[in-house]
Amino acid sequence: MKKFNKATAMALSAAMVASMAGGIVAQAAEGDAAGTGKVYYLNFKPEQADQWVELGKKYTEETGVQVDIVTAASGTYESTLKSEMAKTDAPTLFQVNGPVGLASWKDYCYDLKDSELYKALKSDDFALKGENDEILGVAYVIETYGILYNKALLNDYCALDGAVIKSADEITSFDTLKAVAEDIQAHKDDLGIEGAFTSAGMDSSSDWRFKTHLANLPIYYEYKADGIESTDAIKGTYLDNYKQIYDLYINNSTCEPSLLSSKTGEDSASEFALGEAVFYQNGTWAYNDVTGNDVADEDMGMLPIYIGAEGEENQGLCTGSENYWCVNKNASEEDIQATLDFVYWVISSDTGKESFSKEMQFVTPFSTFTDADLPENPLLKAANEYIAAGKTPVAWCFTTMPSEEWKNGVGNALLEYAQGTGEWDAVKTAFVDGWASEYQATHAE
Amino acid sequence: MQKAMKKYFPIFVLPTLIAFVIGFLAPFVMGIYLSFCKFTTVTDAKFIGFSNYQKSFDPIFIHALWYTAAFTIVSVLFINVLAFTVAMLLTKKIKGTNIFRTVFFMPNLIGGIILGYIWQLLLNGVLQNVGRTLTYSSTFGFWGLVILMCWQQIGYMMIIYIAGIQNIPGDLIEAAKIDGATPRQILKNVTIPMVMPSITICTFLTLTNSFKLFDQNLALTNGDPSNMSEMLALNIFNTFYSRPGYEGVGQAKAVIFFILVAVIAIVQNYLTRRKEVQQ
Repeated sequence: MKKFNKATAMALSAAMVASMAGGIVAQAAEGDAAGTGKVYYLNFKPEQADQWVELGKKYTEETGVQVDIVTAASGTYESTLKSEMAKTDAPTLFQVNGPVGLASWKDYCYDLKDSELYKALKSDDFALKGENDEILGVAYVIETYGILYNKALLNDYCALDGAVIKSADEITSFDTLKAVAEDIQAHKDDLGIEGAFTSAGMDSSSDWRFKTHLANLPIYYEYKADGIESTDAIKGTYLDNYKQIYDLYINNSTCEPSLLSSKTGEDSASEFALGEAVFYQNGTWAYNDVTGNDVADEDMGMLPIYIGAEGEENQGLCTGSENYWCVNKNASEEDIQATLDFVYWVISSDTGKESFSKEMQFVTPFSTFTDADLPENPLLKAANEYIAAGKTPVAWCFTTMPSEEWKNGVGNALLEYAQGTGEWDAVKTAFVDGWASEYQATHAE
Repeated sequence: MQKAMKKYFPIFVLPTLIAFVIGFLAPFVMGIYLSFCKFTTVTDAKFIGFSNYQKSFDPIFIHALWYTAAFTIVSVLFINVLAFTVAMLLTKKIKGTNIFRTVFFMPNLIGGIILGYIWQLLLNGVLQNVGRTLTYSSTFGFWGLVILMCWQQIGYMMIIYIAGIQNIPGDLIEAAKIDGATPRQILKNVTIPMVMPSITICTFLTLTNSFKLFDQNLALTNGDPSNMSEMLALNIFNTFYSRPGYEGVGQAKAVIFFILVAVIAIVQNYLTRRKEVQQ
């Protein structure tokens, strides 16, 4: 018995030592393989997760430099980044979503002033600057959103007797949009659809379309009227317009407002893709979700989001970026260099450009990309047509919103208003007072 | 044998000890330290004293506190009463008790997130008939969570109660019967005092589980509408991640939360232990 115990103890402790030693050896081997620095990219966009991994492999084949690309699950980027950055092998390349995201991470950002990446930018508008004009982030994709519409269904409507408009081109103001949407809603059975707009779902997979993207418009017009680019206290001058457009969405939709709280982004996308609704507020990134269903590619169009502000007949689509690359300052010299080389390769080599424009469908702000590198995406074409027609694109002012908490406050108030358990005043409070208090909370030292 | 045990004791305890230090002690000490700091990543913190604690008691946190307390009381009562009843029924001599026990236990094997989503679908499907959804108001969310937790926990607590009931010596009950006790008197004066250890364990488990509830809350309502169905753990999580510069406040809330759960658990343990009897 005694002998058996001894043997077991020996075997167990040997196994323990072996497993620990094994781990250490394995780690050491990994470190040695990359003597010249390595790249670790924590990617924000889950839509392109596989393409990124593929691209990283190609780079390793070509140059022998180790590239690890990890994509955070949707909605968990900040939490993943927070835990990854605390590790010894922290990401060398990561993303922030704009000035507010930068505020948390500015102490980790390498100054990109002398990098090839920054030099390739077409305009300084696409760079995030620090207090002393250092270049802390560089946008790598430009996106556009507006109201997607189904051209075939809208044409069906125009063909009806007594239709408000004869062609989609006539929609150049909120009033026309409202008249059309309400008339479509009234004739939904004739058109064989469920509603004018897809459900304005307020589930977390969809509420950002309203609390962030739609809220951008009143902020944009207020900034424009006041001649500013950000503020510590919003006035809410255009909140009545915000209400108008939101009312239009929820009252002329495929579902009752009281059911909105559980409607998801997928619900909305599928309603559009299956031709159950004519209008769908979303952006160029939604193309992959809706293509290949009932709506043919050539039937996808995009309208600006009109809210009834003065001069809106010249308003274009909302174009901007919330994807900025930052290089981790705390990484080793070799790793930083390897990372800079990698990103420049991505935006300048044929392989990288091909992957960006054909597979990931990115429009970039880099001079290394020419018109021939534009992706085949009908929504992007629509966006370019608006620019070609001389319409003014709406800037993405939502990157200056004080915090996630503010967006959540507005989103919650919107939902309560929609389902009738709250008043519009609560939205106002969340929007205006919430802005001031959140700005203070996040800027207090 | 005794000597060998003593000799090799450190070797055997070492793996568990290492795991305990890495997995519990170190993060715990670090967590307490971080609650006094301003930080973005946990390895890069700046000491700032008590200001995180001052910011902790915002209105939503207070609401979450009451909401959690109410939820805990309701679910502890429901789960234990129902689990005990089912256990009493399934220790009677009916056919197929084993099948019933297995079936009742099974919900406990499904993870909280999945359960949350399944019940969200089910309950939304029911509420749709009256044009409402689970996140329409926090009352729906509250009762949704209670139903979900009952469904998940009753089977587990039932197993513990069954073990307790089966451990009651048959001669005790027989003696009571011979003395002319009614079934009600037997329940009150024999069965319940004898299963008191099970009651201690079950109330402890349901109390702490309900107080610390996170996944089910996240999956079922995610705090909607307007954070009104947000419980403490979810509130801490949201504080930590949704505002830049509030990581330390989330951490401070977590420390307060720990103290609260510890105090409640100790008090509960003391109270029910007092009622336990020696066999």
